[in-house]
Amino acid sequence: MRALVRIASWLYALAVYGFIFLPVVVLVLFSLQATSFPIPPFTGPSLRWYGAVLSDTRLTSALVNSLLVAVLSSLAAVTLGFLSAWGFARFTLPSSALLRGLITLPLTVSYLIIGMGLLVLFNWAGVPKSLLAAGIGHVVINLPLCFAIIYSQMGDHQINIERAARDLGAPEWKVLLLITVPVMAPAIFAGFFLSMTFSWDEFVISFLLTRFDTTLPVEIWNLLRSGLNPKTNAIGSLVFAVSIVLVVLFELTLLRRKPA
Amino acid sequence: MSNAANSGRALPRAGCALPRAPLPWALVTPALGWTLLFFVLPFLAMGLSSLTAHEGGGFTLANYSQFFTDPSYWRAMVNSLEVTAIVTVISVLLAYPFAWILAEQVPERWQRLALMLAVLPFWTSYVVRSYSWLLVLAQNGVINRALTSLGLVAEPLQLANTRFATVTGFVHFFVMLLTLTIFANLKQLSPSYRKAAADLGAGPVRTFLHVVLPLTLPGIMVGAFLTFVLCIGDYITPQILGGNNELLMPQLVMMQIGRRGDFPLASALSIILMAVVTVAYLACARWLKIERA
Repeated sequence: MRALVRIASWLYALAVYGFIFLPVVVLVLFSLQATSFPIPPFTGPSLRWYGAVLSDTRLTSALVNSLLVAVLSSLAAVTLGFLSAWGFARFTLPSSALLRGLITLPLTVSYLIIGMGLLVLFNWAGVPKSLLAAGIGHVVINLPLCFAIIYSQMGDHQINIERAARDLGAPEWKVLLLITVPVMAPAIFAGFFLSMTFSWDEFVISFLLTRFDTTLPVEIWNLLRSGLNPKTNAIGSLVFAVSIVLVVLFELTLLRRKPA
Repeated sequence: MSNAANSGRALPRAGCALPRAPLPWALVTPALGWTLLFFVLPFLAMGLSSLTAHEGGGFTLANYSQFFTDPSYWRAMVNSLEVTAIVTVISVLLAYPFAWILAEQVPERWQRLALMLAVLPFWTSYVVRSYSWLLVLAQNGVINRALTSLGLVAEPLQLANTRFATVTGFVHFFVMLLTLTIFANLKQLSPSYRKAAADLGAGPVRTFLHVVLPLTLPGIMVGAFLTFVLCIGDYITPQILGGNNELLMPQLVMMQIGRRGDFPLASALSIILMAVVTVAYLACARWLKIERA
């Protein structure tokens, strides 16, 4: 009976792993296709389509735009999130629960609706479509996330260190920069990292709020109009590789920081 | 979270240097202002817009009545609810045994690696993930090529641009998500429950059915609700994999903007979609006891 469960478990797990990896393997394999269609039979390996991606200025500039929007919007989100988390955790404010609820509210609304709202508002206010507009949208989706992560990590033990610093005469800004930020660094880093990945991968808000200069997911979307194309496989594989490197780095940093 | 809330109240005590009163507001105002300006205000703008006509003129409920009277709009909502329900059920049924195997059958020291592997494709770009399934399911794609060369089918099957393709793409994503949440749930379960059940004479099957499953049910409900919310609001997967053969709600919304620039109608449809999610949330709220750290 026990052996039977084991064998069945192995088979089931293998099947699910197969399902999970099938599209990724097909994506990467046919990015190495030598001919113009990413469908069987496999004619590679060839790096032809990677060359095509790297010499496509639309894709490379979209990649730079994406990085720029991801870094700047995450910085803004994590800064706003940290300051407000600190304010709510350390001081008693009237109707604190309500205000905290307001800050986390965007988490419950789909990106499509957040993007639609900003589109309608910017359209009325005469704000042109741009990377800045998309960046503002990315801060809207990532601020509640940063706030929730950092707020949940602000515990009692850090208060005493801050209190000690104040008793010793440190002004408020020194407490913030020299005590609170270093103590909260893991949570701040986690919020920043998650914001980066969400912004990097976000499609629908950027699609609605940018026009000519746009982000990588939107540019990849534009590529899809030409049907199945090994170039799409190549850029997709590159994006995947970058994400894997980031995730592994993240795991390693977190593991190192965690007291065993 | 409750920790932090209590400590906030505990702070202003005699003997500690109290910061000046404006400081707390200076800390929280930027975030509150941002949320009001770029989340609440846009939502109000969308609400107002939904009450106007595309052609101009005064306030009207025409956009809403159009949804309730035009069967093709209704159809999109029904399609969305059907697809979301199918995706949620299949994803939970696939992910639970998988998470259970990872948590109970895989040796402890391999678990972290096994879990990381299981969610690795999670990190591919969302657009690219849907495109990858298109490669797999295309007319002359990998699956059809395999089936025809094995002689199992004479003609390639129509797999892409169908509801089947949309569901497959969604299930792929949510199996990974649910595996993560259910795995965490199973690991949180104290081993003493299982020991107690065994001591009282329950076999492995009875222990699972009467102890493990009921205790992980709240976690499953949260995961299923998350799946529902993310799935019903998604535009990419149905647009790339389902094509335009049958429309889901997000596709209908985007169509109003793309083809006709009809912001009022798109706004009304967005608000209806959001209302449906809210109703679903209220209906499930009893089972959704989201635990806070």
